[in-house]
Amino acid sequence: QDELMLVEYFRDQMKKDPDMASAVAAIRTLLEFLKRDKGETILGLRESLTSATDCLTGVDSSVAVSSGGELFLRFISLTSLEHQDLSRCKKVMEERGELFLEKISMSRTKVAKLCHTFIKDGAKILTHSYSRVVLRVLEKAAAEKKRFSVYVTESQPDAAGQHMAEALRKLNVPVTVVLDAAVGYVLEKVDLVIVGAEGVVESGGIINKIGTYQMALCSKAHNKPFYVVAESFKFVRLYPLNQQDVPDKFKYKADTLKTAKNLSEEHPIIDYTPPSLITLLFTDLGVLTPSAVSDELIKLYL
Amino acid sequence: MLSLIVSEGKDLTKEEKQRLRKEKKQQKKIKEKKDDKASQENEKEKKPVTSAAPASQPPTQPTPTKTKAELKAERRARQEAERASKQTKKGETGQQAATSKPKAPPSDLQPVVKRLPEHIQVDNPDVLKKLAKKLERQQIPLRSDYGYKVSLFSHLHQYSRKAPLTQQLSIPSTVIHPAIVRLGLQYSHGIVAGSNARSVALLHAFKQVIRDYTTPQNEELSRDLVNKLKPYISFLNQCRPLSASMGNAIKYIKKEISNIPSNCKEDEAKNKLLNCIESYINEKIILAGVAIAKCAIEKQKISDGDVILVYGCSSLVNHILCKAFEKNRKFRVIVVDSRPRLEGKEALRRLVQKGISCTYVLISAVSYILPEVSKVFLGAHALLANGYVMSRVGTSQIALVAKAFNVPVLVCCETYKFCDRVQTDSFVSNELDDPDDLIVTRKGTTPLEGWENESSLGLLNLVYDVTPPDFVDLVITELGMIPCTSVPVVLRVKNVDQ
Repeated sequence: QDELMLVEYFRDQMKKDPDMASAVAAIRTLLEFLKRDKGETILGLRESLTSATDCLTGVDSSVAVSSGGELFLRFISLTSLEHQDLSRCKKVMEERGELFLEKISMSRTKVAKLCHTFIKDGAKILTHSYSRVVLRVLEKAAAEKKRFSVYVTESQPDAAGQHMAEALRKLNVPVTVVLDAAVGYVLEKVDLVIVGAEGVVESGGIINKIGTYQMALCSKAHNKPFYVVAESFKFVRLYPLNQQDVPDKFKYKADTLKTAKNLSEEHPIIDYTPPSLITLLFTDLGVLTPSAVSDELIKLYL
Repeated sequence: MLSLIVSEGKDLTKEEKQRLRKEKKQQKKIKEKKDDKASQENEKEKKPVTSAAPASQPPTQPTPTKTKAELKAERRARQEAERASKQTKKGETGQQAATSKPKAPPSDLQPVVKRLPEHIQVDNPDVLKKLAKKLERQQIPLRSDYGYKVSLFSHLHQYSRKAPLTQQLSIPSTVIHPAIVRLGLQYSHGIVAGSNARSVALLHAFKQVIRDYTTPQNEELSRDLVNKLKPYISFLNQCRPLSASMGNAIKYIKKEISNIPSNCKEDEAKNKLLNCIESYINEKIILAGVAIAKCAIEKQKISDGDVILVYGCSSLVNHILCKAFEKNRKFRVIVVDSRPRLEGKEALRRLVQKGISCTYVLISAVSYILPEVSKVFLGAHALLANGYVMSRVGTSQIALVAKAFNVPVLVCCETYKFCDRVQTDSFVSNELDDPDDLIVTRKGTTPLEGWENESSLGLLNLVYDVTPPDFVDLVITELGMIPCTSVPVVLRVKNVDQ
């Protein structure tokens, strides 16, 4: 019963602000859950928050939701909870939660500020599917009066690339939609590749919409820089060695996981790009090389 | 000499002990100055005089004239030779004796030169002399190198197993504890091999030493015990060069010993030290192994249907595979082996005993079987600060071929094997094993039998090699899974903890 309320609230948040990352909506939901929670012990509170995160992952199986939830839990419990009174502890945790939310709402702006300088005047950019962070970066670059043109892949099966092209046309940026299969064809014309990420893993690699790995391989072959833009709450404690190693619960949509009988007949919606193919990662923690991601993760999680 | 009246059964107070120590230090300094002056005088005399006649005695010589003259003549001959070679390189270096300070800067204004360890400077006669002096002082025999060394590796020691160090020891040895003598022999004959086994054996031997130790009169346990351990460590180093993990263990013990408060009773102190060593073995080696196995299995690094390749015999990798098999994971193992050690046979024996299905190949077949392999698990001897993995020779070859076939390479290593050194190739610092191991008798003939007589033939038996971090995908430690490039972060965190 509690779960239904949770899911309702989550879906509401997503509907209210379509520009918000699903992870941020999840964290808002968890904060609300914390406020309404009537538990008696801190341990119980932590357990119920973990189960709430699991429940939300069941609704939206993206990596960012689970990583955001875990980071939220870590952030609020990182303070000293030595108060005798449980309600005081909860207040402290709620305040930390608000602080966390505030920090991450600023993260997209920070990333945009760091990244737009790498877009030179007259640049041709290739991007993949619909990413709100990349959109923000390109907005900032356009606001800085830079002239650039964008190639977007169609990104089937949901044609999210068309959505991205629409948003870019509104910014008066010349945009061309290309087939997913035309990435190798178009790469000789572009100067740089920028993609978003659904999750950044411990090795420094990323998990993103399917087709990203191909794009990264091709840009490596063409010696074009491959940039990734991601907020820090997307850092997740996974370490996949290859495509097969990514857990199934992230590869397919939540509904597919529940209804499909044979997963090997379903198409995965994400893939893993190893760190050797990535040039730089732009995060709100700074501009990082893939090997620095692990250092940042150690600082965040330990 | 400072004379103190010591009543029976009563130890000196702390201040008296300190005074005694200072006296001893001052006397040592005076003696060294005298020696220095003597050699200085010799050098000064050599400059104008080129004939071999010994000069007149400097007035401050305490020892008898006759032997001093002989020693002087010897020294002068050596110094002449060194002088000639040095002058071609860098000219006069002033009044420093060549043997006493080979690595100190020539003048105070120049930046301090970092000292290189002795065991990688075997071709430098100054360093050898310094080592000989040190060992003489500690009363440990010097082990001599054996056989022709390949020129690229002439800066490393090469010992023969047929001439163990213990043959040169007098019996009973008063300087070295028998447990350490036994350990040294076990090391040099390869009875105790593998970095975990060697470290654990070392710590057990040190525990025995501490149990049998009694503080002499007028000495403090924290200082004297450390000084007692130094000749043992030199002896073990002569038997077989110390590994990085052993080095870290020794550093830890020395730190613990010097942190013993001076007002601590001897029994208490000894108990404390024994407990420290016990907990070090438990935490850093045994529990770390358990944690690594758990991490590897829970994070699905060994899944059903996997074909895992292992090289040689790593206790940690074998432990992980056995644990995974107990948890009912279905996988099979390919054991790769290489001459002359053929350690893979031991790994094969352990795995087959558990019931794991194994295949055995030699390293020359690695590119043949790699298409079948899904993962490669490697053990490590040490992890260097720049992310390079130092392991048994052949490991970097396997990592290279695995990379070419796009097979993920996982290295399993406990954090106590992480060391501060930086190395990018396998030449700078390595170990040369007995070259006679390479001689093998097949079908009644031994082709390499008389290899010492061939002037242009050299046998090279390397023990370690260094794998760059690009070939390693993942390192599993008890702190979690980290990429190879994050080793300095772990070292930094560890130093902060300590």
